[in-house]
Amino acid sequence: MSAVTDAVRITAPTNPVTQSIRDSLVVAKRNLIRMSRIPEMVIFGLIQPIMFVVLFSYVFGGSMNIGGTTDPGVYREFLMAGIFAQTVTFATAGAGAGIADDMHKGLIDRFRSLPMARGAVLTGRTLADLVQTALTLFVLAVVALLVGWRTHTSFGEVLGAFGLLLLTGYAFTWIGAVIGLSVRTPEAATSGGLIWLFPVTFVSNAFVDSAQMTPWLRHVADWNPFSATVQACRQLFGNPGVSTSDAWPMQHPVWASLIYSILIIAIFRTLAVRKYRSATA
Amino acid sequence: MPGAIYAEGLVKTFGDVRALDGVDLDVPEGTVLGLLGPNGAGKTTTVRCLTTLLRPDSGKAVVAGLDVLKQPNEVRRSIGLSGQFAAVDEYLTGRENIQMVGQLYQMKAKAAKARAEELLEQFHLADAADRPAKTYSGGMRRRLDLAAALVVSPPVMFMDEPTTGLDPRNRQQLWEVIKQLVLGGTTLLLTTQYLEEADHLAHDIAVVDHGRVIARGTSDQLKARTGGERVEVVVHEREHIPTAREVLAGFGKGETTVEEHTRKLTVPVTGGAKLLAEVIRELDVRGIEIDDIGLRRPTLDDVFLSLTGHVAEVKDDENGANGANGANGAAAKPVKDPKNAKDRGQKKETTQ
Repeated sequence: MSAVTDAVRITAPTNPVTQSIRDSLVVAKRNLIRMSRIPEMVIFGLIQPIMFVVLFSYVFGGSMNIGGTTDPGVYREFLMAGIFAQTVTFATAGAGAGIADDMHKGLIDRFRSLPMARGAVLTGRTLADLVQTALTLFVLAVVALLVGWRTHTSFGEVLGAFGLLLLTGYAFTWIGAVIGLSVRTPEAATSGGLIWLFPVTFVSNAFVDSAQMTPWLRHVADWNPFSATVQACRQLFGNPGVSTSDAWPMQHPVWASLIYSILIIAIFRTLAVRKYRSATA
Repeated sequence: MPGAIYAEGLVKTFGDVRALDGVDLDVPEGTVLGLLGPNGAGKTTTVRCLTTLLRPDSGKAVVAGLDVLKQPNEVRRSIGLSGQFAAVDEYLTGRENIQMVGQLYQMKAKAAKARAEELLEQFHLADAADRPAKTYSGGMRRRLDLAAALVVSPPVMFMDEPTTGLDPRNRQQLWEVIKQLVLGGTTLLLTTQYLEEADHLAHDIAVVDHGRVIARGTSDQLKARTGGERVEVVVHEREHIPTAREVLAGFGKGETTVEEHTRKLTVPVTGGAKLLAEVIRELDVRGIEIDDIGLRRPTLDDVFLSLTGHVAEVKDDENGANGANGANGAAAKPVKDPKNAKDRGQKKETTQ
């Protein structure tokens, strides 16, 4: 069968790691082209957090007690770390919907029939989402500066905070990938990707000082992986309202955030790749 | 020596539904096998097992000389798959779609680009190459999907219902493309619900029903199994049916069947055109006015009916091009078979 050997020759096997990276980048590029052709999706993704900034700072601003003061300016600085963190986690829904859409349209079948790295379709998607998250975060930071948010630390610390935010967002998109591979329609992936994020982001230190919660709820909030990222950002930005709770993640928020994110990636990437391998449209 | 596509005793169950119940196939290199069967017969499941998308519960499968279960990644290098739905990214242009698939077949970016150019030309998509696939018609998307599946000129191709949902013109065009492909030496397994399509494109046909191959052979061999030719007459006046029946009985080699509502009489014959002329003369002598008369060879519909006891049903909601299949539709008489109908309902193949 000479035709077979011909086909093998043009597609000579390469090092699996290089192949995996290359394939992921090809898929990431595809998803970025896609996103650039549906700009309304990117724009809606931006409007939502901006709306949250405006609503929370001006509606709740005067009535929130942060560190013993109800000064709306203090609340605004307190709020931003929470909004940033919530925004990056919302990328979950986009990743889930995108992957569910690919399943629905038969693209996952096509990819699975190609001699490509197994996790590359999912890694490519999550990487593209990471780029989008970075863009959203940038615009949001500009808006935050406009409404009076300031950092009071070194450039390196601020950069570190944004790094943690991106890592958190990236971790959460893997949860989205699992959701996207588990549901039947992209619509279900969008709502399924968002619903659980509300309790996760609200039962936390993102919008209120967790010290004011009932003890059991405060406990949940203090150990919530999401709270660790918010606390770490507040600390690294030098913003008010850093929790004084003696829960370990609140005492070591940067480490906690890193560990949580890596754990989430390890668990949900494994689950997602396993699901992908047996995926049926 | 086993063919380019070989399967032995493929079994796949989903819950308590046995989607594949021991499928055997053997497709010699450079030939086309048409896998023919109704919805839920197991066609798509067979293709998914052979293309590494689904792991069979038991059985053996060899594609392009490679064991599908043991060397799935090597198999993927040697096959092209065009699924039931055009699997193209609608926000990417035609060119970008093909290039991406090429790169994922591990071609270098530059080579993938050059190959995309070639394929766009070959599949008459050059003018639309830089438009998002979203703007393509159904036929164009199908062609794009096929082009993507052919990026590395794989020696073995699988096409799952390639023309489902296409209008007659686009179907003809796609048939031409497929014929060209086969002339180039590609081994092809094609599934279809259209008997006409299998007749047209395939060297060999395997009829599947309830997860089993229930008959195989060339189109002619299968037709021969349902008996030889027959004369069909449609009389103008209903009251002429008894007389016409008498006439036909005189020429026939078997029982004459009558469809009252269409005024159609059918009788098996031997003797070909000469006999037909005699039948016409005799009917004329008896003063029977006829609307239509002809010598018919059995269609694959007849084959299907005689093999399975039910017609190959095509669901209306699944394909808008049903009308295009008028020839088949006319031959398909609803045969009530409650047992089959029930099984079919449970055995819903992945069509979403």
